[in-house]
Amino acid sequence: MAGAGGGGNDVQWCFSQVKGAIDDDVAEADIISTVEFNHSGELLATGDKGGRVVIFQQELESKNQPQCRGEYNVYSTFQSHEPEFDYLKSLEIEEKINKIRWLPQKNAAQFLLSTNDKTIKLWKISERDKRPEGYNLKEEDGRYRDPTTVTTLRVPVFQPMDLMVEASPRRVFANAHTYHINSISVNSDCETYLSADDLRINLWNLEITDRSFNIVDIKPVNMEELTEVITAAEFHPNQCNTFVYSSSKGTIRLCDMRASALCDQHSKLFEEPEDPSNRSFFSEIISSISDVKFSHSGRYMMTRDYLSVKIWDLNMESRPVETYQVHEYLRSKLCSLYENDCIFDKFECCWNGNDSVVMTGSYNNFFRMFDRGYRQDVTLEASRESSKPRSVLKPRKVCTGGKRKKDEISVDSLDFNKKILHTAWHPQDNIIAVATTNNLYIFQDKL
Amino acid sequence: MSEEIEGTRPAIGEASHEEQQEMGDTVLSPEKAEEVKLKARFPHLGAKPGGSDLLRKRLQKGQKFFDSGDYNMAKAKVKNKQQLPAVTPAEKAEITGDHIPTPQDIPQRKPSIVASKLAG
Repeated sequence: MAGAGGGGNDVQWCFSQVKGAIDDDVAEADIISTVEFNHSGELLATGDKGGRVVIFQQELESKNQPQCRGEYNVYSTFQSHEPEFDYLKSLEIEEKINKIRWLPQKNAAQFLLSTNDKTIKLWKISERDKRPEGYNLKEEDGRYRDPTTVTTLRVPVFQPMDLMVEASPRRVFANAHTYHINSISVNSDCETYLSADDLRINLWNLEITDRSFNIVDIKPVNMEELTEVITAAEFHPNQCNTFVYSSSKGTIRLCDMRASALCDQHSKLFEEPEDPSNRSFFSEIISSISDVKFSHSGRYMMTRDYLSVKIWDLNMESRPVETYQVHEYLRSKLCSLYENDCIFDKFECCWNGNDSVVMTGSYNNFFRMFDRGYRQDVTLEASRESSKPRSVLKPRKVCTGGKRKKDEISVDSLDFNKKILHTAWHPQDNIIAVATTNNLYIFQDKL
Repeated sequence: MSEEIEGTRPAIGEASHEEQQEMGDTVLSPEKAEEVKLKARFPHLGAKPGGSDLLRKRLQKGQKFFDSGDYNMAKAKVKNKQQLPAVTPAEKAEITGDHIPTPQDIPQRKPSIVASKLAG
């Protein structure tokens, strides 16, 4: 069946580009840890375990090939974070970029927030395509002229030069998190943002780095009583007073900053009731929410737990309005997935531009799309084998038991080292970025 | 917060009542079957998986290096058990000083920073 896509059930996904090394020997630093489109979709940022950020820019559509959307090419790359050492605790602080969030564009420059476990940085990415030439007191190479040799004056003029993209750190927001930062989210007011770690959420002003307000604190007085941690947090897309945070126990709390300075008391608690007879050792682990994302409309939010994606209506706390099974066949493999730690993998999820389709990753470099309107889902694969330009991706199917049909893959043949944890969807078009361990795939719908 | 009962008996699965009577056996849901497998391999596994131990391990992420302060504190603790506050087994595991590092334990030096292959 053809792929799921917004606006119709006839979207076919085609390979567009792949970035990264082909060789199988993956250096740890090259592991992609976050992928994010900016608000226009023109820029695509990736962060990796080595603390580096690479930004791709979409080329303007070529007049020769109106059937193709512009390709994404490298625009800027920089070292965002470096490894650090916490001397007090004798602990290493990883430089891995956990999250990147773009600020809405206000002027010619682009701004993004990138964070590792402990420190958030605001980066300014600006273009320089002209430079002043014709100084009176300086030669073109920068050497100073002897003023006595100057006989006439001229006005320096701007001359075009090869485009140079510069990234500079404008703010460093440090020392506010005892635990590991898992989320950052820019407020719709464009002035503040939140950062969340395992036990606390802080509110920052983008201009102020030496002060941060704690808005959620779930640390128990006695750490022995710790039962759940914060796994993700996000601001509402248009209500600047509202944010949500998810927990390792499968609950989501919605908080209103107008209610009190410290939002330990939630305004809403979203939790699906569990059948106690179905409870097992794994229940709590697989219910842990690894990602929470508001819909663009702000009416819904989506959560990702180990086996499913759930859509919640903000007006209904009792249960999700939609539940999609990502890879239910793994339920009978939980024992081995616990032993190899895969059960703790944190998958992300994303919405398409008009909130009609949601996407998330799985194992074996598979990723899944669920069309909410047409009630269709599809499994696609990000692999070098199906990477001929504009070749249509063939839907994949996992065989759960019995006779394996041709082209199906059995559960036991799945490669659990090939996980797609990070995916992103262009804010307007059907262009998606899918990160395998060390490669970035870009797929587009067939125009 | 619900409590896990130690040594839970297998629950009845989705099979219909007639099927169960025919088989004369209890049917486990796939999840419960996996739990039985896990308990067979790790009999000492605690009944509360989401409890403090797992979360504490999660909070304590990152490479811990040898700390001479911790090491000397641990040595002193062995001598003067009464003077220092009681240390729980979980906390003990986190103290660097108890374990004397050997060359094999010392982590590999991180390679020099190079450009990302995505930008290549």
